[in-house]
Amino acid sequence: MHPRPLTKTLVGLTALTSILTGCSAIGGNSADLQIYSARHYDLEGAFGQFTEETGITVEFISGDDAELLERLKAEGDDTPADVFMTVDAGNLWNGARQGELAAIDSPALDEAVPEDLRDAEGRWYGLALRARTVTYNPDAVDPAEFDATDTYAGLADPKWKDRLCMRDATSAYTQSLVASLIDLHGRDRALEIVKGWVANDVDILSNDILLLEAIDAGTCDVGINNHYYLARTLEENPDLNVDLFWASQEGAGTHVNISGAGVVEGSDNAEDAQKLIEWLATDGQNAFVDANHEFPVNPAVEPEPVIAAFGEFTRMPLNAEAYGTLNADAVDLLAEAGYK
Amino acid sequence: MTDTAALAEPRPPRRRYRTYGVGRPAWSTLVVVVAVVVATPVLAVVVDGLGSLGSTTPPRDLIPMILTTLALMLGVGAGALVVGGGLAWLVTAYRFPLRDLLVWLLVLPLAVPAYVLGFVFLSVFDVAGPVQSLLRTVFGTDVWVPEVRSLPAAILVMTLSLYPYVYLMARSALIEQSSGTYDAARTLGSTRGQALRRVVLPLARPSLAAGLALVMMETLTDFATVQYFNVQTVSVGVYLVWKGTFDFHAATQLAVLVLLFAVAVLAAERALRGRARYHQQGGRRQGFSPERLRGAPAWAATAACVAALSAGFLIPVGQLLIWAFGQIAADAGFLADPRFVEYLANSLLVAMITAVACVAVSLGVGHAIRMGGGRVVSFAAQLTTFGYAVPGAVIGIGVLLSFATLDTALERAGVPGGTGLIVTGSVVGILYAYVIRFLAPAYQSVGASLEKITPAITSSALSLGAGPHRILRRVHLPLARPGVAVALMLVVIDAVKELPIVLLLRPFGFTTASVWVYELARENFWEKASLPALVIVAAAIIPVFVLVRQTRRREVHGTTSGKEGQ
Repeated sequence: MHPRPLTKTLVGLTALTSILTGCSAIGGNSADLQIYSARHYDLEGAFGQFTEETGITVEFISGDDAELLERLKAEGDDTPADVFMTVDAGNLWNGARQGELAAIDSPALDEAVPEDLRDAEGRWYGLALRARTVTYNPDAVDPAEFDATDTYAGLADPKWKDRLCMRDATSAYTQSLVASLIDLHGRDRALEIVKGWVANDVDILSNDILLLEAIDAGTCDVGINNHYYLARTLEENPDLNVDLFWASQEGAGTHVNISGAGVVEGSDNAEDAQKLIEWLATDGQNAFVDANHEFPVNPAVEPEPVIAAFGEFTRMPLNAEAYGTLNADAVDLLAEAGYK
Repeated sequence: MTDTAALAEPRPPRRRYRTYGVGRPAWSTLVVVVAVVVATPVLAVVVDGLGSLGSTTPPRDLIPMILTTLALMLGVGAGALVVGGGLAWLVTAYRFPLRDLLVWLLVLPLAVPAYVLGFVFLSVFDVAGPVQSLLRTVFGTDVWVPEVRSLPAAILVMTLSLYPYVYLMARSALIEQSSGTYDAARTLGSTRGQALRRVVLPLARPSLAAGLALVMMETLTDFATVQYFNVQTVSVGVYLVWKGTFDFHAATQLAVLVLLFAVAVLAAERALRGRARYHQQGGRRQGFSPERLRGAPAWAATAACVAALSAGFLIPVGQLLIWAFGQIAADAGFLADPRFVEYLANSLLVAMITAVACVAVSLGVGHAIRMGGGRVVSFAAQLTTFGYAVPGAVIGIGVLLSFATLDTALERAGVPGGTGLIVTGSVVGILYAYVIRFLAPAYQSVGASLEKITPAITSSALSLGAGPHRILRRVHLPLARPGVAVALMLVVIDAVKELPIVLLLRPFGFTTASVWVYELARENFWEKASLPALVIVAAAIIPVFVLVRQTRRREVHGTTSGKEGQ
């Protein structure tokens, strides 16, 4: 029989694969806690500090909320994950609805996290707060021009024609903002508002940093941004010609969203998982939120200086269920209004 | 014996060979098994999508999405055909300054993922970029500039990034093409243009069609690049619906629509090839004897190549380097990060295993078809290539769904633990999904090479008593080597750049360079993402080098191996 290179190759392949498999399987069980996280900004720092203080080791993989949730579902009881961490309330609500998050009883969390920023049944808890508000070029806009009662709706006014820049309809930020507008005003009025933005020839950009650069460059006067992008850009470039206006302060308050976490149903270390979430909401708040310039959810914790300089603001109460159930309507509404 | 005789080969004998050919049961079974294994996750998604049909409303802008998808695919397809095919002809048929260097440099844009090219393009040409800033300084803030975030710009960027598929396929077709055919046409009085149109192009058609199909499927499944340009294709729709409505089933319905587009592409590829099957006698030849260009035309040829190379590779990589140096200047410690080596090694290792597996399977399938086997085998072979037309995340989900079902079934059957965590607890899931996704480029390339071997060679070998294994090893594999080399390279590059699958299926502690770029880019740290992006580019360049060495050797030894073949 002649040697068969093809067969040899396949045998080699199989061998190599099993080596790889072995390696990663060993690596897979090396920490006490496994985390599926849609958030990855500087998690190493916060988790490192947690390990130092508690001796509990943590590893995580980052990915997209919706995809990680499908992975959790497919893995079922075999899942190595103990904590599921997302960057918006809608996905937390959806994870709980799909039965992937376990209810926990934690007086510490109930005290640390305001009621609207956590699940009533204890399946998830908000940990970091991000505000989506109006940013503007002070050379082109007098903040008195904004409608202080309903700033988002006010941008539909024809006086803002050719002056607006916003994020694309595929962005979760845009969708949850519009979902909250539907929740607040009803679908018809929300549609009217979005149509007003479109009628003003809003310039659609694909990320928040581009929005800030466009406002700074003067190609648009006003945008809607997550506050921490402005903080981050200001830190890199203190001369950035962009100011922040807290939206709807005389009305419903500024639109906010949360980054949060819950214990995975079927976790084999729910106790430590709960400890981690409790730590993140209390002693670990600054380690968790400061590097990304987010606001702590815990009212007892001070925000870091760059965002503290934006001033205090009233936030719109967060209705996670509305973010979850109305998001599909928001997508549909954006399409109907011709907002791309 | 001449090549023109090969061209004029009457159809009936070939057909007879194809349909009743002995057909080797073992090989035919192999193809069917491969097809089932490869198609299962894709089918799982189809079943999921069709099963929930009617329970969800389709997205409102479905029709515009479909039209946009069509426009984008046709635009990028046409662009890639003109740029890739044109450049391949230029470097093969002519000699001009820097030609020897450009021959392989022109493949390099393939090493830059389209999503990286997209963000670099935007950072240079968008409102806050240097170009528009300059225009504003010179002409004031009201200066008119074309819309950067638009369909035409997306077509341009994707053409620049994808043309090498057509270029590579066309080039390998032109090298494999016997110069005799072309020379005969010239001797019989054709001008260069006529010979190109009537002989070279028709002969290269299967390869051009294969390259074009790859480009179109890449365009179809792209999701990151198009979003930079605010272009909403059906693939974007899949993600939009999935993430926007928290309803995975609604998303799979759209994924089925994406698959229909893929079917259309493959059907178009067949139609483009027509009924023509061109075989050439005697295996590899020395190819064309290139004509030396002089003066202005020579420099124009150089300029054309350099332009494509600059736009698709030099400028974006230059920009990445500038950002990277900025990063290093700010924090030199970044460079000593051990993750560079680890992630690069992970990327390359997974990519190489995938490439070898894909090529082995493609060779097996292509070989089985030549051994006969009829419609079932051909259909099964076609089925193996669909994965390329399914967005990566959807394949990933398909793999998860299939294994979840298998797991339940095994546990019911009394196997403790079922499949366990084989998919996401190890790299097995990633490799499986990669093979599904990248069999198409491997098969297109290997298949195109195999098809050029005249059936007479296979049947001679058979009649001389060689078994299928021996024929594969001694006849088909050596003759298809150019295709095999291209296939290996394409898959390695594709797999290094791949993101959604590895993101979804990776086990703890396993990160690749592309995931790293994603994590930084997702938070808009473009400058920080530049170093890992360069790592991807570097990883993708390695196989290009290997291929080039192969091609060079082949060109050098072309004459001798051509004679061997006769």
